[in-house]
Amino acid sequence: MMFDLKSLYQEIIVDHNRHPRNFGKLENADRVAEGYNPLCGDRLNLYVKLDDGRISDLHFDGSGCAISVASASLMTDALKGKTLAEAERMFNTFHELVTDEHAPGPEQAAQLGKLAALLGVREYPARVKCATLCWHTLQSALEGDKTPVSTE
Amino acid sequence: MTGNIVRHIMDPKHLLDVDGLRADFPILQQHVHGKLLAYLDNAATTQKPLQVIEAVDHYYRTYNANIHRGVHTLSEQATAAFENARRQIQKFIHAPSWKEIIFTRGTTEAINLVAQAYARPLLRAGDEIIISEMEHHSNIVPWQMLAGQTGAVLRAVPINDNGELLLDAYEKLLGPKTRLVALTHVSNALGTINPVKRIIDMAHAHGAVILIDGAQAIAHTVVDVQALDCDFYVFSGHKLYGPTGTGVLYGKEKLLDAMPPWQGGGDMIKAVTLEKTVFNDLPYKFEAGTPHISGVIGLGAAIDYVTRIGLDNIAAHEADLTTYATDAAGGIKGLRIIGTARFKSGILSFTLAGIHPHDVGTILDHEGIAVRTGHHCAMPVMEHFSLPATTRASFACYNTRAEIDRLMQGLKRCREIFA
Repeated sequence: MMFDLKSLYQEIIVDHNRHPRNFGKLENADRVAEGYNPLCGDRLNLYVKLDDGRISDLHFDGSGCAISVASASLMTDALKGKTLAEAERMFNTFHELVTDEHAPGPEQAAQLGKLAALLGVREYPARVKCATLCWHTLQSALEGDKTPVSTE
Repeated sequence: MTGNIVRHIMDPKHLLDVDGLRADFPILQQHVHGKLLAYLDNAATTQKPLQVIEAVDHYYRTYNANIHRGVHTLSEQATAAFENARRQIQKFIHAPSWKEIIFTRGTTEAINLVAQAYARPLLRAGDEIIISEMEHHSNIVPWQMLAGQTGAVLRAVPINDNGELLLDAYEKLLGPKTRLVALTHVSNALGTINPVKRIIDMAHAHGAVILIDGAQAIAHTVVDVQALDCDFYVFSGHKLYGPTGTGVLYGKEKLLDAMPPWQGGGDMIKAVTLEKTVFNDLPYKFEAGTPHISGVIGLGAAIDYVTRIGLDNIAAHEADLTTYATDAAGGIKGLRIIGTARFKSGILSFTLAGIHPHDVGTILDHEGIAVRTGHHCAMPVMEHFSLPATTRASFACYNTRAEIDRLMQGLKRCREIFA
């Protein structure tokens, strides 16, 4: 099977990896969670500020592969200002589209906006966890779960 | 360093016919992502030559039967082939007796067997077990579990920034409380070849028993357990061109004899009543249940194969590849080799500045090159170097300089993508 490497390492991914947005600790965060992928050693901390049912600010720090850093960077950008219900919907859509056995159509991909750049991981089963680590960590932060999220 | 125990002799008369060898490995003929497979993940597992595949196939096609039980022809054939492999292994590692060769599922199971059947009944609270900072998790976790069970204390020999054991620190750790030392022959994450003969002599000078983890050594250097004088030596068949699910525990007969059985079941008994069991003699005492018969027969074929090529020739070829790869790596911008010991096996572990090993692994895979990325089940090593992971290329008899050239091209491609 031939896959184009460029579909995985799109310019936007390389850019967000090199210049991650919303990177760094958020003082006075309402929720904090830690995510860990023991397979590759990716670690990230997520800091969430909530304001009346909305994510008013969202930061992350840690280290990881290009896919995991870019995914966290894109996620924090996409969710700022969203309500918790909207964030939940976005998580479900994203998770479904990167893991579903059927490739998403252009319409579905469009729902994801910039996050669609991460759909390239579909061709690399071992890398799906890199893209979803930040989302699982967010879920844990919003649920107030104190145990670190592990992908294994 | 260790005299005739670890031999890395470059002898141009004995350079391998690598093309001929490659023809024995059907898996190497395939293309991955449209490129000829360059398999550089041999420290994880080696590929299997036709001779091994056919030995397993032949067993299942013509004489599949359980061993040590039946009086029928097939059972006798299977028993003879299985026991013949035991004697091949005895010869291969220069063990004094075939009774000292115990079949296990792998290195991990062999270490657990020693921890539970040898050490556990012996250890008292406050006794000490010495391991090192460069061990694979399989030579750390069983000892941690044992320490938890017995109250024994685990100590670790530190390493320097080249990835070499600090023998002065080891000498200081050894003492009257040391009961057992468990150290690796060759580091899977760094490639360091440890001076095991000296390490063993030092342990014995303090009255300690020593286990050597030979998982990364067995396919690359001549192992002579009598010259080494180690008490236990363990390795896996699948890193020696043999089937997965096979492994060997060598132990001195005197020690094995005194040990209670580990697992109970069929084959490890002489007589069973509902009240009591008379256990079998060595080596069967430690081989409860039907073993991996086809795997052991395949391992015998693998040992034949390696012996025919000559371990010295393989070692020389791999040393050449390692030198070539190390030199070539010097030409890759931002590449840092992790593990720069003076005596190294065919392992090149490295980082590329600004590029995570997992991304390197994916990009190399696209070029048809298989490497390992991650912590290599040696997280304390990663911690020593403050790294989450490295990329590791590891060599076997069938690898070529051309494959290393492709690896370096692949690394340049990584730099381009992340430029």
